[in-house]
Amino acid sequence: MIPLSWYLLVAAALFCIGLYGVFARRNAVAILMSVELILNAVNINLVAFWRYMTPSESTGMAWAVFVLTVAAAEAAVGLALVISVYRNRDSVVADDMDLMKN
Amino acid sequence: MTEQTLTTLTWLIPAGPLLAFFLIMLFTNRSRTLSWLIAWAGVFLALGLAWTVAINAIAMDAHHLEEHPTIVNDAIEWLPVGDFFEGTWIELGVAVDPLTSVMLIMVTFTVTMIFIYSVGYHNWGAPLGRILGVPNHLQEEPLLSRFFAYMSLFAGGMLMLVVSGDLLLLFIGWEIMGFCSYSLIGFWYARDYHLEPGDIPHIPPRKAGIKAFLTTRIADVVMLLGIVFFYTVFGTLNFAEALSAESLAHAVMTVGAVALGIMSLLIFAGTVGKSAQWPLHVWLPDAMEGPTPVSAVIHAAAMVSAGVYLILRIFPLIAVGMGPEGAPVVGFIIGGIGAFTAFMAATIAVAQYDVKGVLAYSTISQLGFMVAAIGAGAYVAAAFHLITHGFFKALLFLASGSVIHGMEHGAHEVHDHHTDPQDMRFMGGLRKKMPATFWTFLIGGLALSGFPFLTAGFWSKDEIFADAWHQWSTDGKILALIVFIGLVVAAFLTAFYTMRQISLTFLGKPRSPLAEHAHESNKFMTVPLVLLSVFAVAVGWAGIPENLPILGPLVNNNFFHHFVGATVHETLHELYELHLVDVEIITLPFNPTPLIASLVVALGGLFVGWWIYGRKPLKEGQRDPLERPLGPLHGFLNNKWYWDELYQFLFIRPTVYLSERVVYEIVDKGIIDGIIHLVARAVFRFGQYVKRFEEKVISDGVDWLKDQFLSIAREFRFLQTGRVQEYALISTLIATALIAVILLINFGWLARLFP
Repeated sequence: MIPLSWYLLVAAALFCIGLYGVFARRNAVAILMSVELILNAVNINLVAFWRYMTPSESTGMAWAVFVLTVAAAEAAVGLALVISVYRNRDSVVADDMDLMKN
Repeated sequence: MTEQTLTTLTWLIPAGPLLAFFLIMLFTNRSRTLSWLIAWAGVFLALGLAWTVAINAIAMDAHHLEEHPTIVNDAIEWLPVGDFFEGTWIELGVAVDPLTSVMLIMVTFTVTMIFIYSVGYHNWGAPLGRILGVPNHLQEEPLLSRFFAYMSLFAGGMLMLVVSGDLLLLFIGWEIMGFCSYSLIGFWYARDYHLEPGDIPHIPPRKAGIKAFLTTRIADVVMLLGIVFFYTVFGTLNFAEALSAESLAHAVMTVGAVALGIMSLLIFAGTVGKSAQWPLHVWLPDAMEGPTPVSAVIHAAAMVSAGVYLILRIFPLIAVGMGPEGAPVVGFIIGGIGAFTAFMAATIAVAQYDVKGVLAYSTISQLGFMVAAIGAGAYVAAAFHLITHGFFKALLFLASGSVIHGMEHGAHEVHDHHTDPQDMRFMGGLRKKMPATFWTFLIGGLALSGFPFLTAGFWSKDEIFADAWHQWSTDGKILALIVFIGLVVAAFLTAFYTMRQISLTFLGKPRSPLAEHAHESNKFMTVPLVLLSVFAVAVGWAGIPENLPILGPLVNNNFFHHFVGATVHETLHELYELHLVDVEIITLPFNPTPLIASLVVALGGLFVGWWIYGRKPLKEGQRDPLERPLGPLHGFLNNKWYWDELYQFLFIRPTVYLSERVVYEIVDKGIIDGIIHLVARAVFRFGQYVKRFEEKVISDGVDWLKDQFLSIAREFRFLQTGRVQEYALISTLIATALIAVILLINFGWLARLFP
């Protein structure tokens, strides 16, 4: 059987990729996608811990479903915001959204 | 009918007219026809209820009535006073006794007649008058709804006063009538007179209304003091409770009879104002500026009777106040004012040319008869004259209104709009032109002058004379003699000026084109005249003294005397036994002196009047035949003893001077305005200090604080890069650092620092 730590490593890798995307990508859509990666890393953790630590209870699964739901909602709202910004400022680059600067 | 039913009916008597007032004012005032129909319905309802109650009272057993004169006495709690939880209330109640009953009969009947008459007087059905607030001759009155609304309110107030069982409801009705009097005198509010020398002096109706209101107000204030005094002494305002023999005897023990005399004088002041007695009589002649139905109902039959009715109501109180324990001066004041007013007004009426002016002074004079009778202790005689006078004076006023109406008709036909249609010098010969008016006026005039044996006025005046003479001849009261002489002279003058008025108005040849073209009035006006003239004659027969030779045994029950006398018979008898009063309701023995006096003055006055004015009637432009022989006295009488001028000089001018020069210039502008300006200046100065404090301390302090914040903020503004990702990076780093710290605390070497 594959040990738990492998899953955790995959999740950590995924988390780091997501984090990198959030910080480094200029495109707001890409940043949103990176956020999705982070959330999925969390999901992997949740499911893995459930499967290995407390398989008799369904709490981890339930949490994962909640996270998916929230992620979907967040994607919808986030994309709507991006579209709105694009319509107003002709750009989806995060650095251009600097109305609050200084 | 049970007592309960009678009580309910009594409460409902004033309701009809009051309801009519509200209906007309609120809903139907746009329709003149509907308005007068509603007003009629109101008074007819009141007439039916009042006569039902009164006839029930009349049908009662006489001896039972003497024991229990108050047939209905009911009250509701109205106003909590003092300690609410002790349950002390000022009550509002109705009562019916024989005096109320006869008043109800007289008031409702005359008021109803006048309501009928008013429809014709205001030319209902003729083309609508265009100008508001002035008389539109021969055109329908445009403000007819308002007229009937106020008349209904007045009738409601009067009936409320008549059925009231206590001084409070009486006072409410009294003041309602005062207001209605004001608003109806000034009904033609836009009317102005353009007088030339020789014209009858008129003041504009709006001013006459104010004069009437203010003059009676002076009296009402004093009367209110009397009412308060009454409540303080008796602890109740209810007549039946307060004015019983026990209650009065108790009051004599506690405060003394002289105090009761003062109390009755204070309340009597109200009568002086309302019943136009000297020295407050000046408003009534000017009140003739109102429409004639108003003069008839308010200033002749009903409202001015209210004053006399009031002192009849409180008669036991007056009797104790002027009785053996009290002060005789009370009787002298009341009787003296009455007799003097009767005499003075009669002399003035002799020299008046205004057809309504004569009647106005005649009213003052006749009210003086009643007040004098009260002062002399002649309770029943005063009540009797009150009732008969109500009928025949309403009749006379309505007939004079019909004369004026006919003259206005003439004025309209000959297009003469300057000649005063009320001036008797321009009348004459109206007997042929207006027969119905003439005959009814003649009946009313004969009743007023006391034409023997036939008319009501004779019997009521005769009873006053008989009472006064009896008290002089048996008890030797000086006051009774003064009253007797004063009233006999006044009665002679009354007969004289009545004949003068009839002669000037109806006899001879027309003295102006107006009289030439006068017409008889319409049926609305003549029918009430005929009905009233029946009563002006017949009412007197209810009071023929039984001790009169021939006629007395023939009729043989002095119904009025026994019925109305029952109101206070028992009370006065008990007080007499206690030696607190010296008058009683007794059946007088026959005495020829007053009878002869009343025969001589009535027939003599009529004859002299006819001799001077009727034998050879005045020609056009001829002067009054009395002017030459009387000389300056005629001017004195014609100018009404110069009372108006005297009051103008004594009271009005000083008051105006005081208010303009002293109160306005010194008190108002100097003292009050000075204080206000001082306060304003102090506040302004204080405000300036506050302003400086605000500028220097608060405003500058806040500015400094703001600058501090601003400079700090400027230092930190570089943090706001506007890059979302940088914010995310920083927050992530901080979060990571925090997690690291927590991990180290829990598991790492930091755990040692936080065991």
